[in-house]
Amino acid sequence: MLTKRIIPCLDIKNGRTVKGVNFVDLRDAGDPVELAKQYADLGADELVFLDISATIEGRATTLEMVLHVAEQVNIPFTVGGGISSIEDVDALLKCGADKVSINSSAVKRPELINELSNKFGSQCIVVAIDAKQIDGNWKVHLAGGSIPTDIDLFEWAKEVENRGAGEILFTSMNHDGTKNGFANLALAKLSDELNIPIIASGGAGNVQHFIDTFKEGKSDAALAASVFHFGEILIPELKKDLKKNNILVRL
Amino acid sequence: MKLVIIDYGAGNIKSIQFAFKRLGIDAVLSNNPKEISEADKVIFPGVGEASSAMEMLKSSGLDILIPTLKQPVLGICLGMQLLCNYTEEGNTKGIGIFNTTVKRFSDNVKVPQMGWNIIKNLKSDLFNGIKENEYMYLVHSYYAEHCEETIAATDYSLDYASALKHNNFYGVQFHPEKSSLAGEKILKNFIEL
Repeated sequence: MLTKRIIPCLDIKNGRTVKGVNFVDLRDAGDPVELAKQYADLGADELVFLDISATIEGRATTLEMVLHVAEQVNIPFTVGGGISSIEDVDALLKCGADKVSINSSAVKRPELINELSNKFGSQCIVVAIDAKQIDGNWKVHLAGGSIPTDIDLFEWAKEVENRGAGEILFTSMNHDGTKNGFANLALAKLSDELNIPIIASGGAGNVQHFIDTFKEGKSDAALAASVFHFGEILIPELKKDLKKNNILVRL
Repeated sequence: MKLVIIDYGAGNIKSIQFAFKRLGIDAVLSNNPKEISEADKVIFPGVGEASSAMEMLKSSGLDILIPTLKQPVLGICLGMQLLCNYTEEGNTKGIGIFNTTVKRFSDNVKVPQMGWNIIKNLKSDLFNGIKENEYMYLVHSYYAEHCEETIAATDYSLDYASALKHNNFYGVQFHPEKSSLAGEKILKNFIEL
């Protein structure tokens, strides 16, 4: 049967890996290509690169990095950040990215999801959704979580699926950076209501959090950054523990 | 050794080219019938939607050329599906090398299947040195039904053909170019066929 995926996320700025705590206060954690190779060797199932500077900086650096990653890494990877057109996606896929993730641009112009999935296939279109629970309601946020909208998470997720996204990467702004665990109630609801894979993001702090998001959160994959980058959780150990807890993983 | 990856505009061929480069082989990207015919080995890739990929093949006459190839040909993902008789996706008639039908996964599982699953019941030189139940990376919404040409099986809500072989034609549903060391071993085996 299909296994659950462990996905380290590498935030990229100026060709270097950074990780924001609650999306601010950046720390440097190394060279993306070396880090990616290391993660592939350690048994990461997939990688996500988020270019957090993409909206304001040229994309040339990112494309070059994507090309180097594709040359050297033998597992799939997704690139996101500042993608807003067919041309952006075409350039990334041509450099060897397996999937792209779009976020704010999809909220601003939802037809983009249809256009991209029609042209490149659903399988390579990930829609990332940042949302925050306010007074019990999950509201979609834009621009790395800084701009609130009135859009309901679950309604938006359903629309994203209907428009042809192959996968959803859901980040809870309430959980991101806290290391208190993933937003499992919302994740489970997404999994129940949708029929495409859901990647859990935001809140990973220990092994139990991963067990919980696969069991209670019904997540198909779990994404984390700093706990992996700073060696707080080692992927081989994590996967062994998941297996001990009867969660199917690739070992 | 001349390896050609058929470049007909469908999908991510760069990652296949890079995977061979890691094995020390420079693959040529081409849609030129002469160049493809003269290659020692041919890779037939493909991602995206079946009917539009088939249209792209037809527009360059590759749908006629491919069945005439005599050297080992490896269809990957949608490439494998297009080598079958028929696919439900876009109600598309395939090239018809593999005597089977490609159907959509039912909605009792998440579609697409995305991630690492095992391949089993391996029976081909393509899998030399690959252990039973090895993990491969798959991304697909449609699957090939089992047939006499099945050389590997995978289970996702049902048991289906994740690899096929007919004479010099091989097809794999998974992405060996993205399946870590085991995937690279399969590509190496194909080169050494």
